[in-house]
Amino acid sequence: MVARQTLDLRQKLEILADAAKYDASCASSGTAKRDSTRGGLGSTEGSGICHAYAPDGRCISLLKILLTNACVFDCAYCVNRATSNVRRARFTVAEVVQLTLDFYRRNAIEGLFLSSGIIRSPDYTMEQLVRVARTLREDHGFHGYIHLKTIPDAAPELVAEAGRWADRLSINVELPQADSLKALAPEKDFSAIRRAMGGLRARIEDAEDARKTARRAKAPRFAPAGQSTQMIVGADAADDATILGTATDLYAGYRLRRVYYSAYSPIPDASRMLPPIAPPLVREHRLYQADWLLRFYGFSREEIVAGGQGGMLDLELDPKTAWALRHRGDFPVDLNAAPRERLLRVPGLGAKTVDRLLSARRHGAIRAADLARLRVSLGKVLPFVVTADHRPRGLDGAGLRGLLVPATAFAAAARPAQLSLF
Amino acid sequence: MGVAIVLPGPADFTAWRNAARGLVAAGIAPEQAEWRVTGDNPGLFAAGPPPNATPAGAFRVPRAFLELAEIAIRHRDGERFALLYRALWRVTQGEPALMQVATDPDIVRLTAMAKAVRRDAHKMHAFVRFRQVETEAGIRHVAWFEPEHHIEEAEAGFFVRRFAALRWSIVTPRRSVHWDGQEIAFGPGGSRAEVPPDDAVEPLWRAYYAAIFNPARLKPGAMRAEMPRKYWRNMPETAEIPRLMAEAPRRVAEMVARGGAAPNPRPQRMRPPAQPEAPSGVGEGMDLLDTHADPEAALAALLRELAARPDLPDFARRATQPVFGEGPIGARLMFVGEQPGDEEDIQGRPFVGPAGRLFDRALAEAGVPRDEAYVTNAVKHFKFTPTGKRRLHQSPDAGDIAHYRPFLLREVGLVRPRLLVALGATALRALTGKALRVMKTRGTVIDGPEGLPLFATVHPSFLLRVPDQDAQAREYARFVEDLRTAAARA
Repeated sequence: MVARQTLDLRQKLEILADAAKYDASCASSGTAKRDSTRGGLGSTEGSGICHAYAPDGRCISLLKILLTNACVFDCAYCVNRATSNVRRARFTVAEVVQLTLDFYRRNAIEGLFLSSGIIRSPDYTMEQLVRVARTLREDHGFHGYIHLKTIPDAAPELVAEAGRWADRLSINVELPQADSLKALAPEKDFSAIRRAMGGLRARIEDAEDARKTARRAKAPRFAPAGQSTQMIVGADAADDATILGTATDLYAGYRLRRVYYSAYSPIPDASRMLPPIAPPLVREHRLYQADWLLRFYGFSREEIVAGGQGGMLDLELDPKTAWALRHRGDFPVDLNAAPRERLLRVPGLGAKTVDRLLSARRHGAIRAADLARLRVSLGKVLPFVVTADHRPRGLDGAGLRGLLVPATAFAAAARPAQLSLF
Repeated sequence: MGVAIVLPGPADFTAWRNAARGLVAAGIAPEQAEWRVTGDNPGLFAAGPPPNATPAGAFRVPRAFLELAEIAIRHRDGERFALLYRALWRVTQGEPALMQVATDPDIVRLTAMAKAVRRDAHKMHAFVRFRQVETEAGIRHVAWFEPEHHIEEAEAGFFVRRFAALRWSIVTPRRSVHWDGQEIAFGPGGSRAEVPPDDAVEPLWRAYYAAIFNPARLKPGAMRAEMPRKYWRNMPETAEIPRLMAEAPRRVAEMVARGGAAPNPRPQRMRPPAQPEAPSGVGEGMDLLDTHADPEAALAALLRELAARPDLPDFARRATQPVFGEGPIGARLMFVGEQPGDEEDIQGRPFVGPAGRLFDRALAEAGVPRDEAYVTNAVKHFKFTPTGKRRLHQSPDAGDIAHYRPFLLREVGLVRPRLLVALGATALRALTGKALRVMKTRGTVIDGPEGLPLFATVHPSFLLRVPDQDAQAREYARFVEDLRTAAARA
C-alpha cells in the first residue's frame, strides 16, 4: 500500500485548476449591480472584467476550480473521469473561500467559478458547492461574482439555494447529441440535463417576474446572470449543423445567456476511447461566429449552414462572408438606402458600424472614405456594397472568393489540409 | 491676437467647459484659442488671457457631446482641449447635428479618443494588482499602476465601490489615490519603489495562472491583443508566460505521443451511481400488469414506456420531456388537447401555459373543478421551431398524430371517463382516427374509442387567436357553454 502524500494548498490549487480548465466559460457579466459601500467586499457593475489572459488567449476572470477532481462518472472526454490516472485532490470549503477572498482582495479576479467531480451522490456534491457560495456571501459579505456548476440530479432545494447565492448557474450538455453522450458519458443523461435546464429557466423567470411585480417585498433571488452551457466540439462525429441545431434549441428553450463551444483538446491521460487530437480551434472559432450571427444578426441556422458544405461551416471564411458568396444575388447592398437588417448581412460590417452608418447617412451620403474612417475592412466590405462613389465589380466573378480568403497565419491554419498534429 | 486658456488640471472637465462656454459666448474661433494645463510651457505665439464669460451667452449643447467630451478630455493627446473646442464651435455655429455624423473626421477622432480612454479605464480595473502590507495602522493594500491616460481620479470610484472596507492606495507616475475606508484623497505621482516588492499570496496566484493555461491551445497573439506587453511588468503572473510558452509544444507532444492510457485499475467509482430502471421492451411491460386492478400503476408504466421508446419522432428528441395526462382515473370528463406547448414542456404538466390558464378559467365558469377532470394531449411531446429566444409551436401533422395514437387510446382505456372531450381538430382526429371538422361535430356526442361517447369543441388556444375583442368574448362564452353541455352529458 502506497502511503498517501498530503498535498499542500499550492499543489491542490494546481491540480484542481488544471482539472477545471477545459470549461471554456469565464464570463462575469450580466448580473445585478452590487457594491461594498455599505459593508462586505466586492462589486459587480454589469460588464465583466478579464483580469488576465493566459497564453492560450483565454480570459481569466474568475477563480475557476473544482472542489474535487475525484469523480464517479466515467466520461471518456474528461480528464477527471473515474478511470483516469490523474492525481486526485480535494479542497475544503474553507480553503476555497480563503483563496477566493485572497485573490479578490488583490484585484486578481472578479469572483469564483466552482465546479466539482461527482462524489458520493449528486446531492452531497451539490451541497458542498452551495456551502462554499453560502459561506462567501453570508460569512464574508462577498459581493463578487459567483458561478456554480449545477448537478442535474441534485435535489430542488439545493438548486434553489444555489440560485440564491450564485450569479450564474450552468449545466453542461457536453455533447451535441444524445447518442454521443450515451456512448462517451454513460452516466450522463441527455434528457435529465434538459429537464434540469428547463427547471433553471423556470426559476430564473419566476425570480425575474417577481422582481418586476413585487413592490417592497424582496423577490427571491435566483441566478440573476442566468444560465449557460458548454458543448465539446470534435469529440464525437456531430457536424456543425447538428451542433448549431442543438444550440438554437437550447437558446430558444432554456433562454441560455451563452452556449460555449469547446474544441476537444488533448488531455493528460486520455481515454483509449478518445485518443488525443489537435484541438479543432478554427472550427470552434467559426462556431462562435455562427452563434453570433444567430443571436445578433438575424440569421437562421439553415442560412448559416448553407454557407458551408455537407453540414460543416467553411473553415477558410467567416460564416457571414461564406453565406454572402452563396447569395451574391442579394448584393450589392446600397449603404445609403438599405434597411438595418440588410446592412447587418454585409460581410465585414458589425452591428456598431451599422448603427453608425445609419446615423451618419441621415446627414450626408456615405462614401468609401467614410468606411475607411470607421475602420472597417475595405477589402471585405467593398465587393458587396454600393456607396455614393463606389460600385463593386466582379461580384459575379469566380475570383472573388480568392480575394476574400484572408492571408493571415490564422487563416492559413484554417485550411483543412493543415489541420494535423504539429 | 489669440487667447490662452490655462486649465488647472489635465482632465478637468468642469474648468474646460466653463472656459469653452466663455469663448463661444465671446465669439472666439478655435484657431484663436490656445489651451494648456498649469505648468505646461506656453506656446510660441503670444496670447492674451481669455475674456470674462458673459452669462448672457447661454446656449445649448447636445448631451451626446458632453458625454463624449467628459471622457475624451482624459486622453493624453495634447490637442484634446482644442479638438473638443473645435467640435463644440462647429455644433454651436451651424452644425447642430454634428454628433450624429459618425464619419466626420473630428467626431471619428474624438470617438477614438474616448474609446481609448474607456479601454484604459477597463484595463486599469482589470490589471491593477494590490500587494498587502502590514503597517502600524493595520493592513493596507498598495498597487503601482501605469495608465496611459489621465484616468486616476475618474476611476478611483470603481475601487472605492469594490474595496470600500479595505484601506488601499494606487500609485501611478502622475497621481496617487488613497482610500482610508472613509474618504478618498489624491496626491502627486510616485514611483514603483513605494509599493512592496512581493506579497504572500502571489506565488499561489502565479500557480493558478500557470495551471489554468491549456498548452494545446497556444494563442499568444490573442493574449497580447487583450493584455498588451506594456501592462505585463506590473502583473506578477506574467512572469510565468515565457516558461509556459516554451514548454507548451513539448507538453502537447507528450500527451499525443502517449495516446490513450490504460484505464486506472482502481477507478474512482466505489459505488456506481444508480441507473434508471431499464425500460421494458416496447409494449411488453403492459402485458405483465393487470391494468384493471391497478390502472394508476399501468398509467405510470405507460409514461415510462413512452419516455424510453426508441422510435419517437425527431421532434420528440428535441423536447425537454414527454408530457403525460393528469387527473383522476375514472374521471367523469377526459379532455384531450393537441400537444404540450413551451411552458408545458418545461414543467412536464399538461395545460399550464396561456391556453391552459384560459381553459382553467372556462372550466371553473362551467362548474367543473379541474382536479376532477382528466386532462391530456393527443401528442405527448412539444413540437416547435426555434426562433431566437422563443420556441414557436408547430402543429403536429397526421403522421405525428398517428404515431402517438396508440398511447392515447391506451391512456383512454385506463382512465375510462364517462365522456371524452376533444379540444380541437388534432384531438378529434387522434380519438376518431378520422379527419373530422370540429365545426361540424361541435356540440354533439358521437362514438369515440373504447366504446366511449365523444364530444368535440374548439381548442382554448383558438380563443386566444380570435382577433377582435367582441368576437373573442362571444367565442369564449360559446366555449364555456360547450363545457357546460359536456359536463351535463357526462
